[in-house]
Amino acid sequence: MNIVVCVKQVPDTATERKLRPDDKTLDRDAVDGVVNELDEYAVEEALRLKEAHGGEVTVLTMGPAKATETIRKALAMGADKAVHLSDDALHGSDALSTSYAMAQALKKIGFDLVILGSESTDARTGVLAAMLAERLGAPQLTLARKVEVNGSAIAIERITDYGYDKVEATLPAVVSVVEKINEPRYPSFKGIMAAKKKPVEALGIADASVDASAVGLAAAYSEVAEFAAAPPRAAGTIVKDEGDGGVKAADFLASKKFI
Amino acid sequence: MSEILVLVEHVDGEIKKVTLELLTLARTLGEPSAVWAGPGCGDAAKAKLAEYGADKIYVADSDEVVNYVVAPKAELLARLVADKSPAAVLVASTIEGKEVAGRLAVKTDSGVITDAVGLGEGFVADQSIFGGGVNVRSRVTKGTPIVAVRPNSTAPVAAAGAGAEEKVEVAPSEAARAAKIVERVKEEKGARPELTEAAIVVSGGRGVGSAENFAIIEKLADSLGAAVGASRAATDAKWYPHQFQVGQTGKTVSPQLYIAAGISGAIQHRAGMQTSKTIIVVNKDPEAPIFEIADFGVVGDLFQVVPQLTEEIEKRK
Ligand SMILES: Cc1cc2nc3c(=O)[nH]c(=O)nc-3n(C[C@H](O)[C@H](O)[C@H](O)COP(=O)(O)OP(=O)(O)OC[C@H]3O[C@@H](n4cnc5c(N)ncnc54)[C@H](O)[C@@H]3O)c2cc1C
Ligand SMILES: Cc1cc2nc3c(=O)[nH]c(=O)nc-3n(C[C@H](O)[C@H](O)[C@H](O)COP(=O)(O)OP(=O)(O)OC[C@H]3O[C@@H](n4cnc5c(N)ncnc54)[C@H](O)[C@@H]3O)c2cc1C
Repeated sequence: MNIVVCVKQVPDTATERKLRPDDKTLDRDAVDGVVNELDEYAVEEALRLKEAHGGEVTVLTMGPAKATETIRKALAMGADKAVHLSDDALHGSDALSTSYAMAQALKKIGFDLVILGSESTDARTGVLAAMLAERLGAPQLTLARKVEVNGSAIAIERITDYGYDKVEATLPAVVSVVEKINEPRYPSFKGIMAAKKKPVEALGIADASVDASAVGLAAAYSEVAEFAAAPPRAAGTIVKDEGDGGVKAADFLASKKFI
Repeated sequence: MSEILVLVEHVDGEIKKVTLELLTLARTLGEPSAVWAGPGCGDAAKAKLAEYGADKIYVADSDEVVNYVVAPKAELLARLVADKSPAAVLVASTIEGKEVAGRLAVKTDSGVITDAVGLGEGFVADQSIFGGGVNVRSRVTKGTPIVAVRPNSTAPVAAAGAGAEEKVEVAPSEAARAAKIVERVKEEKGARPELTEAAIVVSGGRGVGSAENFAIIEKLADSLGAAVGASRAATDAKWYPHQFQVGQTGKTVSPQLYIAAGISGAIQHRAGMQTSKTIIVVNKDPEAPIFEIADFGVVGDLFQVVPQLTEEIEKRK
């Protein structure tokens, strides 16, 4: 089975993230880049499926040159190779153009299964997997907490408001995973060493048949009109419980008219 | 005034509160038309939609629309966008609502904005990003604006609309029927309000210690008519079902009041509750990061503080 895992480099959530004042895009240079947390679960699931069914796991990342660091991490976990879609023209792409560029790259790579995280920690739109399914004309098996492949049949448990749905489809398909699905492995020392020699193919937009006028900030379908740091939350009142903590909390609730 | 499509969220024929919020918001910007996907749009439902300002109600009364993952709903909306040329489409910014919005954006070649917490003239949306650290105003610049609005972004206000029903015949395309829902598994729910919609949420974390102990959290929630939430530590330990998880990979809630007991306040948890209007914390560790965003915090043992608080609330009712 030919599995492609989409891995996004995102700023470490522990650092302060900012928008650039000039073009109002995320300042990716200012912060350390890490693998989007949920994408580690996506990589893990891809590795488990490969271990069970054979095949190959390819990492696909769209992002600046710096993203090679996180590609190596995914390779160190055990993925076989990577494709790095990188081009200055892609800077500032919104969800529409990101999904377009990635769909083009996926068509070039070829796949039986595409696995994504269900949401990134930076933009958090949670739309990419659905958009890829739409663009690729492949079944949308998103928000999976369990994935089972049997020949060309694939079944998932999709989390919902009330529990979960059992969903069935036929490969090729697009899957997105939630963190309940597995526990990602840590790269071993051997894995880290091996990752250094694994092939990373650099893909420019022309290589992926991506139309330059349809990506990047200028082609975006939406714009940030303005932004500002949120006013800091006013410091709260903290009390130590001296046998009356519950009563004091009730007093606070009463002062705010909740009771 | 121009037409605005609002995708109705409904369960077992009941309309979710977020839909009434979206209708309220849509009324300030145009004439709302409700779009009902699937069976179950009874007279009571139609009356409710009209009560909150729906001028038209498009009903696609077919199992086919809901028996496949997301795609048929996006197809239905895309068809209405083509036929009616609305000024905008509003959906609830829930995990599924966002997926519908995403597919619709691709189909109609339109921009999409997710996680809006407000929407104003020109469909300029307010977003709160980076865990609440930055406020953004953004807008769609191409196609029909598609905006996913978070529950609790506005208070629902009734104002009658005509509520004229228009049936829509639908037959999802083959592509839209590629991912079939073969079974819906309902895990316990109870009579509490839905987590993302609740005005008050009471959440428990690892500090609660066991599934049985969650009764303490539930009692406090019930005394306030609140929903119950949980941290990932609590859902991973199977003390509480996953659909009640609040955070990065759970539900994003933005209630009037959020009470966190025995939760440390990891960034992934905060990502799901930081926009709550008022936050109360009970934690025995004064260094727990959750205190940084508390409006009121009690440093103490939740097994003492929470039952006392519940008792006190009952007393003052
Ligand atoms: C704060 C903020 C808000 C934004 N809001 C909007 C908005 O409302 N509308 C809009 O159109 N755009 C928006 N954008 C732009 C958006 O970041 C990009 O379009 C992005 O590429 C896709 O969004 P996402 O990361 O939210 O994807 P999600 O759908 O949240 O990501 C899901 C999965 O897709 C995969 N993935 C995503 N991006 C990549 C990548 N570059 N390479 C490899 N795999 C990837 C990963 O597996 C990831 O887990 C926003 C950007 C920021 C920084
Ligand atoms: C990909 C990914 C996604 C994630 N998504 C989520 C998510 O959606 N939601 C989420 O919540 N987390 C999420 N997490 C996990 C997150 O990082 C934290 O591990 C988690 O939130 C911790 O839960 P907790 O606060 O209940 O537990 P802990 O961090 O262990 O905190 C327990 C707290 O309880 C206090 N306590 C203990 N006993 C008592 C007592 N008797 N009285 C009072 N206080 C007491 C302690 O002082 C401590 O502060 C995610 C992590 C990853 C990697």
